[in-house]
Amino acid sequence: MIESNRHRNLLFGLGVAALILLAKLFSVQILNNKYKIDASNNSMVYDIIYPTRGIIYDRNGDILVGNKVAYDILVTPRKIGPFDTLLLADVLDIDPQVIIDKMAEYRKFRRKIGYQTVTFLKQVPPETYMKFAEIEYKFPGFKGQDRSIRDYPINAGGNLLGYVSEVDQAFIKQHPGEYRSGDYAGKTGIEAAREEELRGTKGYHIYLRNSHNQIEAPYKDGEMDKEAIPGHDITTTIDAHLQQYGQELMNNKVGSIVAIEPETGEILAMVSSPGIDVSMLADIGKHYKEIARNPYKPMFNRAVQASYPPGSVFKLVNGLIGLEEGTLRPEMKYPCYRGYPYGNKKLGCHNHPSPIDLETAVMMSCNAYFCYALRNVLENRKYDDIGQALDKWNEYVQSFGFGHKLGSDFPAELGGTLPTSRYYNRIYGKGGWKFTTILSISIGQGEVGVTPLQIANLAATVANRGYYIIPHIIKASDGVEIDNKYYEKHYTMVDPEEFNKVTHGMWRAVNSGFGSGGTASIAAVKGLDICGKTGTAQNPHGADNSVFICFAPEKNPKIAIAAYVENAGFGATWAAPIASLMVEKYLTGEVNRKDLEKRVLDGNLMNRVKVKK
Amino acid sequence: MDRTFHGRSLSQSIDWKLIICYLILLLIGWVNIYAAIHSSETGGIFSFDTRSGKQLMWIATAIVIAAFILFVMSPRIWEGASIPIYLFVVFLLIAVIFLGVEVKGSRSWFEFGPVRFQPAEISKISTSLLLSMILSNNNFKLKKLKDYIVVGLVLGIPMLIILAESETGSALVYVGFIFVLYRQGLSGWWIAAIGIAILIFILTLTASPYTSTAVLIAILLICNSLNGRNWTKWVLISIGIILLIALFPSFWHRIVGTFIPGVSALEHNPDVTVVQTIKEGAHLFFLSKIKPLYILIATALGLAPYLVIKAFHGRNTTFKMLSIIGFFAGVMMVFSTDFIFNDVLQPHQRKRIEVLLGLKEDPAGVGYNVNQSLIAIGSGGFLGKGYLNGTQTTYGFVPEQATDFIFCTVGEEWGFVGCSVVIFLYLFLIWRILYDAERSREAFTRIYGYCVASCVFMHLFINIGMTIGIMPVIGIPLPLLSYGGSSLWAFTVLIFIFIALDREEKKYF
Repeated sequence: MIESNRHRNLLFGLGVAALILLAKLFSVQILNNKYKIDASNNSMVYDIIYPTRGIIYDRNGDILVGNKVAYDILVTPRKIGPFDTLLLADVLDIDPQVIIDKMAEYRKFRRKIGYQTVTFLKQVPPETYMKFAEIEYKFPGFKGQDRSIRDYPINAGGNLLGYVSEVDQAFIKQHPGEYRSGDYAGKTGIEAAREEELRGTKGYHIYLRNSHNQIEAPYKDGEMDKEAIPGHDITTTIDAHLQQYGQELMNNKVGSIVAIEPETGEILAMVSSPGIDVSMLADIGKHYKEIARNPYKPMFNRAVQASYPPGSVFKLVNGLIGLEEGTLRPEMKYPCYRGYPYGNKKLGCHNHPSPIDLETAVMMSCNAYFCYALRNVLENRKYDDIGQALDKWNEYVQSFGFGHKLGSDFPAELGGTLPTSRYYNRIYGKGGWKFTTILSISIGQGEVGVTPLQIANLAATVANRGYYIIPHIIKASDGVEIDNKYYEKHYTMVDPEEFNKVTHGMWRAVNSGFGSGGTASIAAVKGLDICGKTGTAQNPHGADNSVFICFAPEKNPKIAIAAYVENAGFGATWAAPIASLMVEKYLTGEVNRKDLEKRVLDGNLMNRVKVKK
Repeated sequence: MDRTFHGRSLSQSIDWKLIICYLILLLIGWVNIYAAIHSSETGGIFSFDTRSGKQLMWIATAIVIAAFILFVMSPRIWEGASIPIYLFVVFLLIAVIFLGVEVKGSRSWFEFGPVRFQPAEISKISTSLLLSMILSNNNFKLKKLKDYIVVGLVLGIPMLIILAESETGSALVYVGFIFVLYRQGLSGWWIAAIGIAILIFILTLTASPYTSTAVLIAILLICNSLNGRNWTKWVLISIGIILLIALFPSFWHRIVGTFIPGVSALEHNPDVTVVQTIKEGAHLFFLSKIKPLYILIATALGLAPYLVIKAFHGRNTTFKMLSIIGFFAGVMMVFSTDFIFNDVLQPHQRKRIEVLLGLKEDPAGVGYNVNQSLIAIGSGGFLGKGYLNGTQTTYGFVPEQATDFIFCTVGEEWGFVGCSVVIFLYLFLIWRILYDAERSREAFTRIYGYCVASCVFMHLFINIGMTIGIMPVIGIPLPLLSYGGSSLWAFTVLIFIFIALDREEKKYF
């Protein structure tokens, strides 16, 4: 009896187990709607519509970056019939082996691919596509799809603009929810900085597909479809023609030019040489290796990232600090017999009349004068010791925009370096250093490191007689706002009154004529009243760097510019001509000094630059 | 000699209902395999390039094997051959660890050219045969320790080897043999004990050790009350104790709270730092280190000697003693749950259990399979989307759609009705086997029938349970439906040995 009971118990248990399964099935299949909705998500096809990317204009409305159509060739491996491999290779202008390899790959992954359509060839130019389209019927399973890619009508600003490329997994993870594989995004320069405005909003068509993964019909007749919204256009502060001219001038030279409109802080041109040609930007993937292998590092944007000694252009800053501190008066004269003597040594200077006042010292770029000027600042009894004085000096220099990032809207900007008392205490020990130890910062050497952007900003500050607006590259326009900080004036700690005492020295440096002792006579252009200051910065890696800053005209300046050419020698030899040609081009629209222009354009200084090959 | 001359004819002695049920299940499997793969594999339902074509070949060979067992082989050899067969299969199980190929992390497949087979599949047959032979012995009673050990070894050896091959699913099927043992006289409390152990494991993971200990005490109290005389009185007393245990933790927190200044003010204090300091202070206070769980167990331990003495003097001594032992086993289970979960289980098994119990959401990883499987089955609705019209199973949303998750295709394309039909066919198959088994005069046939029914049931429940989210994801096939020759042949042999044994007996009635 017990045994038949057990038989019955087991059958009862079996029934209970079956009921559990059926009850759960009933709840999943009939009571619960969630899974039906999920299933419709799974079997609706979202066909993404890509928006056109915003156009990037220069300050005058010329297009720097536009869009053009290219075609991707897509293939549905499941639908391929027998076809003429050689003909297809010929039409698409590719190696037949590529097709054979791809077909082998599709066969290998056929289970994974199923009925899906995959990209066969990317970014085919329209002419090639037209040829293909004519005989498309011979290649069942293949089709073309248009895709908008970047187009660069003028070769200007390759490094500024940056490139757009397909997002990778790491990028998608960094921007959760914003990108899917196959999307494109700006990776460097303006394309990256203004990605959010430029990219626009994707739209989609919704289709239903059947169990064979074939599209059956638009879902609800397209009612739920979403149109793509094109990206916002961006207007830059760049003058395309000036930028292009700057690039030409810097051809075969290593260095930077930065030009700023002083009144607004708008960057008119920013050249980093050698740079990236815009023709490479459109298809960066293809050129990436070549760019990365180039020993001159074209991806490295020297204008905002390289930290250089400023050289003599920095004398302006030291002079102005002396004036503000009251330790220097413009009429004070200092002697210079080929240098500033200290101990039994001497910081050398070139041959010029002596003694001279501040204006003449600026004009002739006297080293000794600015050693005295800085000595007076640092050995001022007002301060407890030189450390305190140096930190005050550091504060002054910082107020000129040095020693920290300016806060420009250009990505990857660096801040350069400025010494502090802590820094010297660490090296020499507290009390282990005095003015003569750090003498070279008087003339912009030693521990002072600045970027070309900061030097240009100095030119703009002097041009504005005492303030700067953070240099920036994007202009406010319809739908694109720029930060309020790009409207604010940043006054230096030096009284604006003091600036006129050096600007005339700068005018004289350029406009006194050859033989006067002015260091930058070569930069003079009649009627433009260029004010400039040369610099010849020692370069531990070879020949001196050639530096020049200027602004013009003297009254109500329209352009301030810095040119920095690595290993090019005296400031007057290369940097001054380059900067003054830029000024001439910008202010008059043309260049009349053809001989000078030709010399600069033809000049090749590449062999002077030591690089690790 | 013509056998039929002496007894009934073939057609009369064979259980045709069972065979027809078997064939219908094969057919359902075959058409659903085609539905699952028709969009990703080119070729028609008969094409040998596709898995549906191959399955047809497996079905054909399975029928040949079935006929061979039924008509050619003498059913009498099975009982006698069970020991050599068992030993041979154990040998294969061990050999595969060294000689097999690795498939999805487990070394349990032999590969001969295009054919792969899993010794674990046929070990069900060999174990069933040997178990039936041993249990059918008249001297064998599940009362002696020696007999327990023998049964433990027969089941334990292949089960442990299969576990070592990381084929957890196949090993789990062996748990089903407990139903056979139950039929043969094993106490039903063993099944209850397994059930309680699973419950405690789940409760400890999802609720708390205290809850699971409390539930354990409650079950034991109620069982003891119902088992004794005067059960109404004892049930009432038990309910009182259970309520006391249930409310104890909140009492305890109050008590601790009154001893620590400021704890009562904690709840509405907006100042985070103050709360933090008080909490840290509270943490240091020795009373707060005593968890209610410890008090509960300490009390139980204190009462244990008294209960043991009481049990000796009262009635039902064995039951009460076993309850007390059960309690301590349960408490050990509670404390070792974390250890088993974190250190014994492998990471993927842990994840599957976490997903099943809802401890972790993982819709892209482990949860993906279950979620997609539920979507496929759920979207089928009452009548399904129609044959070959399923969108979920055919696009590859559902993984392993032709093998372990074949039930998804049934659910999506045939709906609740189709699922019910399939489940009822299995129920019929199991019921019919048990029916025939109960009617057999030979103990060997009867016990073997129970073994077959248990194996089919375990596969059925684990596999379908997995696809609808009431079992963790364990990769075992749905008998006769899933794609794969190894599994199909094994179940064919398993079932047809029983049909042959059954026929052998009926011939003479």
